[in-house]
Formats: sequence, structure tokens, C-alpha cells
Amino acid sequence: MKATVYSEGLVYALVGNPNCGKTTLFNALTGLRQKVGNYPGVTIERKEGEFYSQHGVRLRVIDLPGAYSLNARSPDEAILRDVLLGRRPDTPRPDRIVCVVDASNPERNLYLFTQILELGVPVILVLNMVDVAERNGLRFDVERLAERFGVPVIPMVASQKKGLVELKVAMSRQELPSPKPLLDAMPVPVRGALVRARENLAAAGIVAATASPLEPLYLISGHDPTHYGIAPAAVAMIQLGREQLEREVPGWEDRLVAARYDAIHAALESVVRRPESASATLTDKLDTVLLHKVWGWLALAGTLGFLFYLIFSVVEIPVGWIESGFSALTAKITGTSEVPGWMPDGDLRSLVTDGVISGVSGVIVFLPQILILFFFIGFMEDTGYMARVAFLMDRIMSRVGLTGKSFLPILGSHACAVPGVMAARTIESPRDRLITILVAPLAACSARLPVYLLLIAALVPGKVVPAPMKAGILTGLYAAGIAGVFCFAWLFNRKLLPGAPSAMILELPAYKMPSFGNIARQMAGRAWMFIRRAGTVILGLSILLWGASTYPKLRNADGSLSEDKSAALAHSAAGRLGHAIEPVIRPMGADWKIGIGLISSFAAREVFVSTMSVIYNVEAEDDDDGTRRLRDRLAAERRPDGTPVYTPALCASLMVFFVFAMQCLSTIAVVRRETHSWKWPLFQLAYMTGTAWLLATAAYQLISTLSS
Amino acid sequence: MLLPGETGVIVTLPEGAPSLTRLREMGLLPGTRVEFIRRAPMGDPVEIGVRGALLSLRDAEASLIEVETERVVGK
Repeated sequence: MKATVYSEGLVYALVGNPNCGKTTLFNALTGLRQKVGNYPGVTIERKEGEFYSQHGVRLRVIDLPGAYSLNARSPDEAILRDVLLGRRPDTPRPDRIVCVVDASNPERNLYLFTQILELGVPVILVLNMVDVAERNGLRFDVERLAERFGVPVIPMVASQKKGLVELKVAMSRQELPSPKPLLDAMPVPVRGALVRARENLAAAGIVAATASPLEPLYLISGHDPTHYGIAPAAVAMIQLGREQLEREVPGWEDRLVAARYDAIHAALESVVRRPESASATLTDKLDTVLLHKVWGWLALAGTLGFLFYLIFSVVEIPVGWIESGFSALTAKITGTSEVPGWMPDGDLRSLVTDGVISGVSGVIVFLPQILILFFFIGFMEDTGYMARVAFLMDRIMSRVGLTGKSFLPILGSHACAVPGVMAARTIESPRDRLITILVAPLAACSARLPVYLLLIAALVPGKVVPAPMKAGILTGLYAAGIAGVFCFAWLFNRKLLPGAPSAMILELPAYKMPSFGNIARQMAGRAWMFIRRAGTVILGLSILLWGASTYPKLRNADGSLSEDKSAALAHSAAGRLGHAIEPVIRPMGADWKIGIGLISSFAAREVFVSTMSVIYNVEAEDDDDGTRRLRDRLAAERRPDGTPVYTPALCASLMVFFVFAMQCLSTIAVVRRETHSWKWPLFQLAYMTGTAWLLATAAYQLISTLSS
Repeated sequence: MLLPGETGVIVTLPEGAPSLTRLREMGLLPGTRVEFIRRAPMGDPVEIGVRGALLSLRDAEASLIEVETERVVGK
């Protein structure tokens, strides 16, 4: 009889406001017994774990996204609403709920709790961070709270595992009492209107006929007309229900909020002893510096400078290991003249070494950057500094219709757009997030640098490019990328995705010591997701590109394979494609040889340099000498009429092209992954490469005309 | 209209605007005490303290909230 209440695989949901320590609690409960995935159709992590109760029964725990209310205002909150109401077919409706509140900020945190109490499911209330609350002069009478709400109340310090045993005991209980809602959420007129709304919605198949009236309540009182995660046809229906309810009971939504806070206030009045006078907290003191007009900017610049140092310099070390590891592997396979390799020469070996291994290493090589950027993001989020960065940068980003939250993904894209696009997950508004993802790859990533350096070297006649000139041109190229980011963000905000700018309502959480365990889990999760989801696409496309530049093979007159690599490349599908696109790239001053370089650089921009080396039969060595030899070879290249190919106009045109063009399979794969469709990566490819072509052509024609 | 460092009590919030409904849900209701802590270095957004939490909102929303100054802190 009780087995229906308490059985194998009982599902608990973990809910709470953002920054309430819910993730720390989830990790403490489930340890390594976790599965991290995605909710289908949205880029929100789905975390589920399990542990064994006091009686050895397996309990499942779903860690739901942090939320302020069941009135969903972001996709995260829509997931919470839909799981708790049993609206998601991929997730079981939780049997019980653990609601975590930050004890140092009880009033605001209990708002969500008042909504949770009404769901008709047993609830356990966790007062987390009671140590911080005590320091701030807040004390809780746990027994009276438990009596008032009709639920077990567990004081905890989850980061120190204090109270964990008590929580596990409570979660293991055979039966939990039914919670006493703090108020009747639905005064009679609202209830009547909601019941009618439910009938209409049920007739349209949007809710089940047996749904609780709470379900239409939270669908109708959503904040956004698109009602995240609801079919467009249903949105019109819901909108109608909302207007009807507003007509019948004007101001009902705001009055309901006020009633909840009144009830919370009354419940806390009797049990919480308020501090006599609050002294300045550590957070106040730190903010005086970190949000200061002068020191705040310096601290931000220092933090970001350190991030760039890590990404540009320190990352070279593991990348070096990865690259030398893979080239050692390739050497083992091909062998030398003395030592035979693991595989005989031939197409299969070429597929393995040039296709598979270079593809795999092309995936793995991103890991150090992804790990470093996500360590940094995790650290900044966990300490509470991330919200301050958004606060400082919001004004600048708002000029192009974004919020301060878009700043870090765009900044990170200057190292590499792959982790940058992944970092856009921290932006709640889907519209802001999409715009950020669309413009982030315009930022001058580190893969563009070798191409820029080669072109600058080729642009300037003479042996050595003067340093100030080199720096000047480089700065210009980076500035052009930033200008592109802002112009297109502005344009997309106005034309592509018009709509009300999102109100940036952001909580600045109290500073705290970061949990390196949480950060490490997040880093590992992101890295694994990248390998599994984007890595497979990158590998497949790398092999495709290998095939295009290998087949069909060039044979000599006697039928043997040609040894001339340059001619073989020209003969291959990629080479023919280079010829085929020549009419298109001629206006920007390029010939078919450059066309091959542009096509092959779609694998990754830096491949342009090595492809040009193959085309011009220059021994490709990844050092200054190699670049110089290639530069000299480029300078000597002549058109049929004897004029030089690599004029300043062409170099400028190519530089402009590389600033704007989308030439990165990895980014395309990640954007596809993060937006759940091919529509946006293809749009991005079209708009970026189209702009690149237009501007490169304009640059070539302008400079050619001026210099002739 | 509050100045940075001042504390006041909310008199009214316009009804019906979605972003203001979220502010209500975060505890900004008529009668609630709010402290205007600071402006961001570039003037917008602003930081306020309400019910023990620190919130950042833009001028566009903050200017809709009518507040009666309670007392001047400092000076």
C-alpha cells in the first residue's frame, strides 16, 4: 500500500533560485552517479543522478535549472515549469520535490517555494547556507517553520556537507506529509476563469483534460508572448485566455504576487529574528572596489588580461603536446626509409593519416581552449564576479541591442569562436543568445593570426616588415572584426529579430569561495559534449575535405601516380573547385590557386598557409623561415602577362576576406549543435562570406584603381 | 527619485508590463523598502538592494518605479 508512495526509482526534483547552492547540493547527494545530457530541442543541461536511501532503495534526483518563478521568463524556467507540471514527455513528473532556498535571503527565495507548495506533491525545504545567514544575524526556528509550511525543513551548509545526512534521512522517509499551501493562490473569480481557460486549452489539446488549474495559471501568466517551449498555435490560444482573465479579474497577476509576499512576510515574522543592524558585508566591501569607476575597470582589465594570457600563451603548451603526439603517431604509421611504418603506403594510409588523424587532432586541439575558457567562466560564475562583468559592460552592449551577458562570449571568441559560441549558453534570452552566436565568429580568432601574418609579410616588399607597420595593420584587422561584431549585432537586432529589447534584470549574488569540484564537473561536461556532438561533425567534414583534395588522382603518361604534389592538388576535386570558383573570386583579385587555398581553409583558417605552401611547392615548415620562404615565393608569382599576382591590392583584399568570411567547419558544427538546426549556421555562412566577398572586392577594386 | 546611497519605499509600480511583473516577483512591491546602491560606471544600469538581495536593472525599468525617499544615508 505504501509501496505506491515509496518505491524503487522514486523521482525527486531539486528546485531553487539561481545561486542558492542547488548544484553543490546535487553533487553532494549523488556524487559521481550522474548523467548529464540535454533536454531535446533546447540547449539546457539535463542533469539526473541517483543515490541509495537509508533503506538501500535507489532514489532518482533531477537537478532542474535555477528559476525565480513558475511564470517562465526564460527557457530555463520553462523547463522547470514543464517538468514540475509533467508536461515533458522526456522526463517523468517528479514524485517529490526538494526546494532549496538561500537562508541569507529568505523572503525572495521563498517566493518560488510558495508556488511549489501548491503543486500537490510532497516537498522538503532545505535552508541552505545557514552559516552565512547566521553571520548576517538571521536565525531560524526550524520546528516552527516546519509546522507552518507542513513540510520537513532541513538547515544545511551544502558546501561543507553539513545537514546532508539529515536531508538523506528525510528523503528516505516512507511517507511525507502533504504541504499546507501558504495561501489560496486562486481567489474564487480567478479560479473560475482558470477552470474555463483549462477547458478551452484542453479542447485545443494544449493541456490534459485532467490538468490542475495551476497548469493554465502558469501557462497564461508567462512573461513572454512566445511562451517558451509551447507550439505557436497554442500561444494564440493562451494569449486569448490571458486577455479573458485580465478582463474578468483586472490586475490579478500583480495582486497574486503581492498576496504571496504578504503570506511569506507573515510566515517569517514569527520565526526569523532580524538583526539589530546590518553591518557592511564582505560583498558590499568588494563591490565598492570591483564596481568602482576607476578600480572596477582596472580589475576587469586585469581579469580579462589574465584570461587572454592563459588562452594565448599557456594554451600553447598542451596544444604543443597534442600536436606532437599526433605527429608522432602519424610518423609511426608512415615509418621512415629505415624503419617500416605500421601501414604500407597507399590510399588507406593517406585516409588514416591525412583524413582521420588530422581530423581527430583538429577536434582534440580545441580542448585546451574550451577547458580554460570554461574554467574561467565557471570560476567567475561561482564566485559571483560574472554578474558584475555583465553589470559593468551592459551599457556598451545595449547600444547594439544586447545585454552585458553577451560580452564574455564575444570576448572569448577572440581566442576561438568554438568555446565562445558555447559560452553563449549563459545568456537566458534566446534572442540575445542567437544574435551573440551569429556575430561571435566575426571576432578575430587566433586561427586568423597566421594568415594575417603571412599576408602582411607578402604585402610589404623588402626583407622584414617594420614592426610598427605590422602592429598597425594587425590592430586594424582586429578592429575591423570588432566593428563587424557590433554592426551586425545592431543590424540583426533591428532587422532580423526585431522585438522588444530584453529587460536586463540581473541578480548580483553575494561573493563566495568557488567550488572547484563544481567547476571541474562543468568543464568536463562541456568538453565531453563538444567531443561527442561537434567532434563527430568536424571529423566527418575533415575526411570529406581530405577526399576532395586527394581524388581524382593525377597520373603520369605511363599510368604511375604523379609525384608532383602541386599538380596533384590542382588535379583533385578541390583543385577543380578552385578553378570553378575562379570567376566568382576574380573581382576580389584572386586566381584559382588562391581559390584552392580558400576552399581548403574551410577546414580551419590556418590551413590556408599550409595549402599555399603545397600549391607553390614550398617546403611547409611551421616557423618564421617557412613563412619567409613562402612569402618570397608569393612575391615572385606572376600572372600570364608578367605582372605580380600578390599586389598590395590582393593582399588587402584577402585580409578583408579573412576578417569577415565564415571559414571554420568547427564553428559551423558547434553553431549547428547550439541552435539545433542547420538554418542558422548556413545563414551565418552566407552572410559572413557574402560580406567578406563584397568588402574584399571593394577593397581590391579601390586599391587597384588608386594605385594604377 | 532616489540618489545613489539613498533608501526609499516603493509607492507604485505600473501594472501589466511583463518586465515589471518579474520585478514584482523578485520582491519589488508597493511598500517595499529599496536602497539605490550605485550606478554602473557608465551610468546605466543601476544597482539596488531589495529584501536582502542585490539587483541590477536598467534605467528604462527603474525610472518606472515611483519611490518616496525615506531618509538620506550618510552626509
